[in-house]
Amino acid sequence: MQPATTNRKLMWWGINILVLLYAFVPVFWLLSLSLKNAETLNDGNYFPTHPTGASYQAIFQNDDFVRSLINSIGICLISTLVAIVIGTMCAYAIARLQFPGKAAILAMALLVSMFPQIALVTPLFKIETAIGLFDTWPGLIIPYITFALPLAIYTLSAFFREIPWDLEKAAKMDGATPYQAFRQVITPLAMPGVFTTAILVFIACWNDFLFALSLTSTSNARTVPAAMSYFTGATTFEKPTGPIAAAAIVITIPIVLFVLVFQRRIVAGLTSGAVKG
Amino acid sequence: MAEIVLEHVVKRYPDGALAVDDFNLDIADGEFIILVGPSGCGKSTTLNMVAGLEDITAGKLIIDGQVVNDKAPKDRDIAMVFQSYALYPHMTVRENMGFPLRLAGMDKQTIRQKVDEAAELLELTQHLDRKPANLSGGQRQRVAMGRAIVRQPKAFLMDEPLSNLDAKLRVQMRTQISRIQKSLGTTTLYVTHDQTEAMTLGDRVVVMRAGVVQQVGTPAHLYAHPSNLFVAGFIGSPSMNFLPGQLKGGGTVVTALGEAQLPDRSRRALDGASGDREVIVGIRPEHFEDASVVGDKPGATFDAPIDIVEAMGSDVYAYFTVKGEGASSAELDELAKDTGNDLHGTGLSITARLDAASGVRRNSTAKLWYDTAKLHLFDASTGKNLLEAN
Ligand SMILES: Nc1ncnc2c1ncn2[C@@H]1O[C@H](COP(=O)(O)OP(=O)(O)OP(=O)(O)O)[C@@H](O)[C@H]1O
Ligand SMILES: [Mg+2]
Repeated sequence: MQPATTNRKLMWWGINILVLLYAFVPVFWLLSLSLKNAETLNDGNYFPTHPTGASYQAIFQNDDFVRSLINSIGICLISTLVAIVIGTMCAYAIARLQFPGKAAILAMALLVSMFPQIALVTPLFKIETAIGLFDTWPGLIIPYITFALPLAIYTLSAFFREIPWDLEKAAKMDGATPYQAFRQVITPLAMPGVFTTAILVFIACWNDFLFALSLTSTSNARTVPAAMSYFTGATTFEKPTGPIAAAAIVITIPIVLFVLVFQRRIVAGLTSGAVKG
Repeated sequence: MAEIVLEHVVKRYPDGALAVDDFNLDIADGEFIILVGPSGCGKSTTLNMVAGLEDITAGKLIIDGQVVNDKAPKDRDIAMVFQSYALYPHMTVRENMGFPLRLAGMDKQTIRQKVDEAAELLELTQHLDRKPANLSGGQRQRVAMGRAIVRQPKAFLMDEPLSNLDAKLRVQMRTQISRIQKSLGTTTLYVTHDQTEAMTLGDRVVVMRAGVVQQVGTPAHLYAHPSNLFVAGFIGSPSMNFLPGQLKGGGTVVTALGEAQLPDRSRRALDGASGDREVIVGIRPEHFEDASVVGDKPGATFDAPIDIVEAMGSDVYAYFTVKGEGASSAELDELAKDTGNDLHGTGLSITARLDAASGVRRNSTAKLWYDTAKLHLFDASTGKNLLEAN
């Protein structure tokens, strides 16, 4: 028995290390590139021989980058917030109520999420230039919400279905209005779902490149992924690999923070103890 | 405190299922009413209609003289205890119990005081800061009770509140509920599956079957004067024995147990109905007795081939089988399904509860007596009790 468990442990560690390597080799490579200087950039060393913060200095001296970082954070936070608020209510209705056209709404939501985004770029561009949303925050926030909602509704309604309906009835009997029941009983219990969804939506917005590139033209609303593609080297012949790597590392930080903060709130078994003995 | 009246209440679900049909009941202020019936007969539906959790399809629900059909649950001032307890898992016991008060906009100080009082009554004081997940089943049940009683509502509705507890705890909680209800004097509508709860808790019992009220009355009345086969079979444990038989002119019944002459009172109740007719005869187990113990009380005797004897100390249960088909009727079939006694063996099994002094032995024949004055006669086709005047 004893050797078997040791073997098994070893095997697990082996697999874990393999997976971690697979996931982190490119990330470290990126980190390493961002810390190299122009001369050693292509020396083929995995670890930088003379680490330098020059690339980081460069991007933070670049006003366009700083501005795009602010754009990214603002646009993604607002999109996530709005998508979560609307998505929560919508998912609640879908999970709890019987109403005509429910199946149609779900099908539509699914359809929207399946639509290839590239097909929408030209129409969106036309519409946004026509109504003056082009190159503004709302010009990105609205499409982000549209694409985030189906995801939010699907994930959240799965969470809502897990909440015992009796709790809501109990709240009603205790004198709660439907809104109070939703706000004070249902929503707190759906929080793990809300945070999970928020993380997914935020990541999706944060990583979007297509819309960010096509629906903006200046640093007014351009987000980091798009801004990075406009980086230029010191000379036309020099590739801005170092700054791009540094920017990539920088934009990973908010998302890691976001996930870490919210992940702690994703506690399993929040509804335990609600029903039965 | 309130008086609750249901007038011709009907519930039809959107899918067309008729769950409750023409329900009429006057619940007096402070009364403890029990709703019993087999699974799916519409008990929860009735309760939910009173609560306001289900719409009323037709009829009137009147609380304290006011028609409340269209009032939201929160405006009816009624508290409910759910079978699942439905405690808010993210709140502590104190918050759970204080929730209705908080919604009512009471100040913190008063809430605290009321919750403390209720906790004291329910012996929950040392658990007030725990979350429901860390409580035992019985404690959860008491928190659910506490949440109902803190706000002193007009009425309590309870849907099988004890069915998730084990047998011993159920007995404890049963007496506790009874005590609390008596001391608060709050009108209570209580749904249960359990015989004992039905017989011991309520002032009156409502027996339902397939959405229709079968009989309303005190537990003792339902026991002694069931208005039909269904009530007779449902109330009482162990349940009444049913035998098919013929009622002959002159008040003689013939069953697998032989002939029996009905006493005058029963004959009068039959109203001199003449001519032979098919009946179902009902005899409660305790109306049998060992013939040697009875002496010469009026009644009928027969020879019973005893299969099994269970001595319970205070009395003796004797089981035997007599020849003949079991009494068959839709109502009895439903009862059998509900209790899980779906055994259609050959012959007709009968349970008799005899005096402890009886000398009956298994696998031997005993001379048994039964009290003809306590016989119930039911119409074989309609199931109506022929000896009861309604
Ligand atoms: N939402 C619903 N839609 C359609 N039919 C329903 C609905 N809820 C209950 N019913 C039906 O109404 C009938 C009565 O149900 P109800 O829940 O009142 O039974 P019950 O007496 O409480 O049973 P149990 O003892 O099993 O709890 C059942 O036949 C059930 O199938
Ligand atoms: Mg029920």
